[in-house]
Amino acid sequence: MTPVARNRLIALGALLVAGVGLGFVAFGNIGENLVYYWSPAEMLAQGDKAYGATIRLGGVVQPGSIQWNAEHTTLHFRVANDAKEGTASVLVRSTETPPQMFRDKIGVVVEGTYDKSGVFSSNRLMVNHSNEYRAPKEGEDPNKWRETLTDGTTTASTGTGAR
Amino acid sequence: MNGTIGYGLVLGGLAFAAFGAVVGIFTGLRRSEAGFPWVMRAVWGFAGCMIAANLVMVYALVTHDFSVKYVAQVGSRDTPLLYTVVSLWSALEGSILFWGLIMGGYIGAFAWVHRREHARYMQLALGTMLAVGVFFAFLIAGPANPWGAMSPVPADGPGPNPLLQNHILMIIHPPFLYLGYVGMTVPFGVAVAGLLRGEIGEAWMAPLRRWTLVAWLFLSIGIILGAWWAYAVLGWGGYWAWDPVENASFLPWLTATAFMHSTMVQERKRMLKLWTLSLALASFVLTILGTFMTRSGIFNSVHSFTQSDIGPTFLVFLGVLLVVCIALLAVRGPLLVPEGRMSSLVSREASILVNNLVFVAITFTVLLGTLYPLVSEAVRGVRVSVGEPYFNKMAVPGGIAVLFLMGVGPVLPWGTPDKATLRRQFLIPTGVGLVVSVVCFAVGMRGFYPLLTFGLAGFVTVITLRELVAPVRVRMAERKEGLVTAVMTSATKAQRRFGGYVVHLGIVLIIVAVAASSSYVKHTSGTLKKDQVMELDGYKLRYLGLVSGEEPHRTFVAARVEVTTPSGKVDEQKPRLNYYERSTDPIGTPAVRETAGEDLYISLMAFSEQAGNASFNVWVFPMVGWIWWSIPLLVLGTLIALWPRRRAVVALSGAELGAAAPLAGDDAKQGAA
Repeated sequence: MTPVARNRLIALGALLVAGVGLGFVAFGNIGENLVYYWSPAEMLAQGDKAYGATIRLGGVVQPGSIQWNAEHTTLHFRVANDAKEGTASVLVRSTETPPQMFRDKIGVVVEGTYDKSGVFSSNRLMVNHSNEYRAPKEGEDPNKWRETLTDGTTTASTGTGAR
Repeated sequence: MNGTIGYGLVLGGLAFAAFGAVVGIFTGLRRSEAGFPWVMRAVWGFAGCMIAANLVMVYALVTHDFSVKYVAQVGSRDTPLLYTVVSLWSALEGSILFWGLIMGGYIGAFAWVHRREHARYMQLALGTMLAVGVFFAFLIAGPANPWGAMSPVPADGPGPNPLLQNHILMIIHPPFLYLGYVGMTVPFGVAVAGLLRGEIGEAWMAPLRRWTLVAWLFLSIGIILGAWWAYAVLGWGGYWAWDPVENASFLPWLTATAFMHSTMVQERKRMLKLWTLSLALASFVLTILGTFMTRSGIFNSVHSFTQSDIGPTFLVFLGVLLVVCIALLAVRGPLLVPEGRMSSLVSREASILVNNLVFVAITFTVLLGTLYPLVSEAVRGVRVSVGEPYFNKMAVPGGIAVLFLMGVGPVLPWGTPDKATLRRQFLIPTGVGLVVSVVCFAVGMRGFYPLLTFGLAGFVTVITLRELVAPVRVRMAERKEGLVTAVMTSATKAQRRFGGYVVHLGIVLIIVAVAASSSYVKHTSGTLKKDQVMELDGYKLRYLGLVSGEEPHRTFVAARVEVTTPSGKVDEQKPRLNYYERSTDPIGTPAVRETAGEDLYISLMAFSEQAGNASFNVWVFPMVGWIWWSIPLLVLGTLIALWPRRRAVVALSGAELGAAAPLAGDDAKQGAA
C-alpha cells in the first residue's frame, strides 16, 4: 500500500467516524427535543406516556371556559377537540397574556407539558389566524371591531363573535 | 382576454424552453456548435415570454380584471396601487409566475454576458437552465395556473393577504429570496455542463463562482430581511425560529457558502473539483427542496401557502433532479482528476476543507431536523415537530467552529507553513480575543458560549482587519501612495480577497449580534391599567391609553406607552393592532425603540376599553439591529469581489478571437477571473 493510498484510507476512516458520530449525536438530540402534536383526545389516549413530554396541543377553546385574571396574568381555559359539546377537553394553565383574537371557539395551539394533576401547563399560546381572507358575508359588518371600542365589550375574553 | 394572452405567453415560454433545452443538450453532447444560435433564440424567446406574461398579470391586477382567477383571488378595488402591483407575489400562483420572470431574467442575463463564450459549452449550460425553465413554465401552465377564467366575473375581490400589506419588508423580502433561489439555477446549469463534458477548466469556474456569488448575495439579503420582517411584524419577539420555511432558505445558503470557499482550493491547488461541483449541484437541489417545502403546504407554518396541487409535481422534479445529479457525479466525476495534493494539515487548503466539512455538517443536521417530522408522520404516523433546542444545540457549536476557522484560515498560507511565522502572526489576535472575553466577563456577562463567541469575534476581527490593512500599508510605505489610492489599488489588485474579508466582517457582526441578542434577551409581560407602570431592565413603561386611526387600507388601535429609558430619556411608543377590511383577525405591529446598543420591543397583545387596560409583551434585545445593519457590509464586499475588472474587457475580446482557438480564450479568461 502506497503512503498516498494509506493516507486516503485514514482520511476516509476519519470522515466515516466523524459522520457516524455526527449522525448519532444529531439523532440523539432530535429524540430529546421532539414536540408531539396531539389533539386533546389523542393526548388523553396516550395515558402515562403524555406526562412530561413536550406537547403541542391543538384544538379549539371550549366555549365559556376562559378564566383570565389580568392582575396576576393567569389564564385558565379548556382546549377541546372541536366546538361541539361533550368532546374531550383538557384544562390549560398559561401565564401568557392572551392575544386580542383569543376567544371562545377559536383554534389554538398551546405548547407545554401535561402532568398527573390533569393540568396542561403552557408556556406558549398560539392562536390560529383564520387564513381565509374572504369577502364579508351577507349582513356581516367588516368593521365589527369598532364595537369593541364603542360598546365596551372586551375582545380578550368575551369575544366579538366575528363568526 | 388578459387571461388568454397571459396563458398563451406561458405556453409560448414552455415551448421555447423545451425547444432550447432539447437542442442545447443534444447538440452540446454531440460536440456540434450548429445549435447554438437556436439555443440563444430560445433563451430570448423564453425570457421575453416570461417578462410579457408578468406584465400582462400586472396589467390585469392594476385594471382590476376580475375575470382572471388570480386577480379575483388577491385583487381588490380599494387596495392601494403599490400593494396591488406587489400582490403579484402575494399568493402561490402569482409567486410561481414571478419566479418565471426572474428565471427568464437570469437565463437571459447569463446568455447575454457570456454570448461570446465557447459555443459547445454554452449550449449545454443554457440547455440545462432551460430544462429547469421547462419545469417552471409547466408549473405555471398546469398545476399553478393563475390564468383560469372566472365565471361569473366577480365585482370585487378580497384583496391581498393582510400580512403582505402590513409592512414594507413583506413586500421586499420575497423578491430577494426568489432572486437568491432562482439564481442558483445558473451555477447549476454551468456545473451540469461541466460534468456533461467531463471537464471544467478555470474558464468555466469563473462564471460558476461569479453567478453563485450573485445568488448568494441575494439569498443572504433575503434571509436577513425575512428575519427582520419576522421581528418587526409578527410580534412574537424573535427573528428566527427554525421554522421549516426559514430552514428552507438557510440550507442552500450553507452549501453555497461552502462552495465559495472550496472553489478557492480548486483554483489554487486543482483539488476538490468533484466536491466543489457537488456543492454547486446541492445548492440548487436544496433551493428546489426549499421551494417544495414552502409552497406545497406540507408544513404547517406561518408563512407557507397551504393547500395546493403543486406538491406532487415538485416531488417528481426533485426526484428527477436527484437521480440526474447523482448519476452525473457518479459517471462523470472520475474524469475530474485532482492535480494537486494536500501537503500539510496546517494550511489554507486544509482549513477550507475543514470549513467545508463544518458547513456540510450544519446542513445535514438542519436538513435532518427539518425533514424528520415528515418522515416520522409518513413512516410511523406520529405527528411531531423538532423543537428549537435541537437546532440550537447543533448550530451553535457549528457557528463557533465557522467563526474560529474564519480567523485561522486567512492566516494560514497555501502549501506548507513556517511554524515560527505562524506563531508570531497568531500572537496578537489571540491576545486580543482573550482580552475581549475577559473584559466581557468583567462587565458582568456570563455564559460559556457567548463569551467564547465574543472572544473569537475579537480574534477574527483583528486578523481580518490586518489582512485588509497590511497591503494598504505596504503600498503607502513602499510606493509612497496616498491612503485613498493605496486602498483603491490594493482592493482592485486582489478584489476577491478584499471583498471576501469585508463580507467576513459582516458575518462576524451577525454572529456577535445573534449571540448577544439570544443570550442576554430580557422579557416580561403584563396587563396595565391607565397610568400603571411596568419595568424591564431599567426601562419604565407607563400605559397612557388607546388611540385609533384610519389609513387607506386599514384601521388601527394603538396603545400609547410612555417609555423612560435607563438614562432618563422619555419618549412615546405606540404598539398597535391593525384591522384590515376583509380579515376578521387583527395583525399586530410591535413598537421597536432601536438604539445601537439594544432594542426595546413592545408588542400589544390585547386591549379592553371596558376594563381600561391593555396587555403587553415586552423584550429588550441587545445588539439585535446589527443583524440587519450588516447588509451593507455584505453588499459592499460582494460588489468589490464581483466588480468587473478593466482587464476583463481585454479578456473578452480575447475570447472573441478565441472562437477559432478556444484554448487561447480560456487562458485569457483565467486572468480575468
